[in-house]
Amino acid sequence: MSHRLSGNEAVAYAMKQINPDVMGAFPITPSTEIPEYFAQYVADGEVNTEYVAVESEHSSMSVCIAAQAAGARAVCATSSCGLALMYELLYVAASCRLPITLACVNRALSGPININHDYSDSMGGRDSGWIQIYAENNQEAYDNFIMAMPIGETPSVRLPVMTCMDGFITSHAVENIELLETDVVRRFIGEYNPEHYLLKKENPLAVGPYDLSPYYMEHKVLQAEAMKAAKTRILEVAAEFEKISGRRYGLFEEYRMEDAELALVLMGSTAGTAKAAVDKLREEGVKAGLVKIRVFRPFPGEELARALAGTRAVAVMDKSEGFSANGGPLFAETRSALYDLKERAYLIDIVYGLGGRDVKVEDIEKVFGRLADIAVTGEIGPLYTHMGQRSKEEIA
Amino acid sequence: MATNNMVEIRWHGRGGQGAKTACMLLADVAGLQGKFVQGFPEYGPERMGAPITAYNRISEKRCNIHSFIYNPNYVVVVDETLLDSVDVTGGLKEGGAIIINTPGSPQEMRPRLPGWTGKVCTIDARRISEEILGSNFPNTPMLGAVVKVSGVLDTERFLADIEESFKSKFASKPRLFEGNMATLKKSLEEVQIG
Repeated sequence: MSHRLSGNEAVAYAMKQINPDVMGAFPITPSTEIPEYFAQYVADGEVNTEYVAVESEHSSMSVCIAAQAAGARAVCATSSCGLALMYELLYVAASCRLPITLACVNRALSGPININHDYSDSMGGRDSGWIQIYAENNQEAYDNFIMAMPIGETPSVRLPVMTCMDGFITSHAVENIELLETDVVRRFIGEYNPEHYLLKKENPLAVGPYDLSPYYMEHKVLQAEAMKAAKTRILEVAAEFEKISGRRYGLFEEYRMEDAELALVLMGSTAGTAKAAVDKLREEGVKAGLVKIRVFRPFPGEELARALAGTRAVAVMDKSEGFSANGGPLFAETRSALYDLKERAYLIDIVYGLGGRDVKVEDIEKVFGRLADIAVTGEIGPLYTHMGQRSKEEIA
Repeated sequence: MATNNMVEIRWHGRGGQGAKTACMLLADVAGLQGKFVQGFPEYGPERMGAPITAYNRISEKRCNIHSFIYNPNYVVVVDETLLDSVDVTGGLKEGGAIIINTPGSPQEMRPRLPGWTGKVCTIDARRISEEILGSNFPNTPMLGAVVKVSGVLDTERFLADIEESFKSKFASKPRLFEGNMATLKKSLEEVQIG
């Protein structure tokens, strides 16, 4: 079905098609529309989800944890400070191995308070044990949400999944979208029949008890193994999804990388803008390409190293600061992934787009210009820089 | 940066006037006609009366670019008072047009658009809306005007498609359905191109 929907509408529609058992709902810009649209579906009787309106994001995630522990399928949506308020519970959800699905509509974290896009919210949760899948546009936001449950619920994984889209840029932009039929979605998702759950009377289970030193580490190792197993599962689900949709997904997308010498590594909606820059440069004979990271957790390190093996200069573009004084989070992962290559490309990090600072095709072309210089001179200059901020003179 | 055959439109309005809604509606209707579309807002402070900007890209191929629009083909000004505070013609392409909601004529508007020598179009969206709907909803007549001036959509088909869209939108308010259709038709007739 061809439609025009915003990213938020698309995810709310995916939720309707899935008809989850429980939604923990609390509004925050720019994800508010998701529980809003969903509330209408509930009111109209189009789903039979238990819609639990709560007083904070700490509680909405607590609702999801309790529901999923009881054997139900739970979803929620949030952004920015809402995700920050969930942090404690994100860890609880992941360590209790509860495959909750969370739509994260990325927005900058305070302060100063800002409603626009960057990844400071979900990057803060990157070590919480959640699978994280990022979308370039409304279509991917919809598709990723539908793939989330078959990934998270599989016994070898049993981890919560956060599907991320860019706040406003994707969440509030109406674009063309291909929707699946609801019965196709329901068959794809299947019934949720966990082996163990709190309310299983034949074999009642304690969820989240105190874990002393003799067992805590074993549990963490199991959690780490599950995250490794998720990589395989994500690809299996993508292959199944291609059969019902015709749309192909991997751990990342390689765009014109086959003979690329200069490459970008980035995420989200900027990938679309960067594809236009790559096309333009290719017409001019520049061997430009890009890798769009789709799955950030688990991080596809070995696969990324292979994809970048033939390049001469690479810029990682981080849309969150991280304040490590050594580059952003995507840079840290990428640089680490390339360590084992015998011949490595020159690598720089560019932090950009914070708090909704716009990025244009011309900005991306400039990054490629810098990479071309680096490839020729072998001088990378500063390892980690910011792009798009005004100088003191420009502000005055 | 627009690729070939892409039409880019920038809307300037004030929070509460429906510029964003008209922008989304245009995207939806253009999509119904088989175009690839984008319709998205740029939010500043979220309050009634604050200047807001919204954007459309309409093309024959899916557009992957997700930046704001800096060099539009058309600019729509939903609130005339913005001419004094916002550089509405900034980046507007030669050969493009600006469409202003005003009782004034294109000739009267031109001195208020320093540096712009291209087409100036005017439509008295407030009067049309007040006469037909009984209150000031300038966005629907502005939508009609931009469709007419840009020629981006076939006018007859546009009216037919939007009729369907309004039918469901105003299912419980038949007076608004008829009124909005009438404002659209009126604005298609009345827009002045100068």
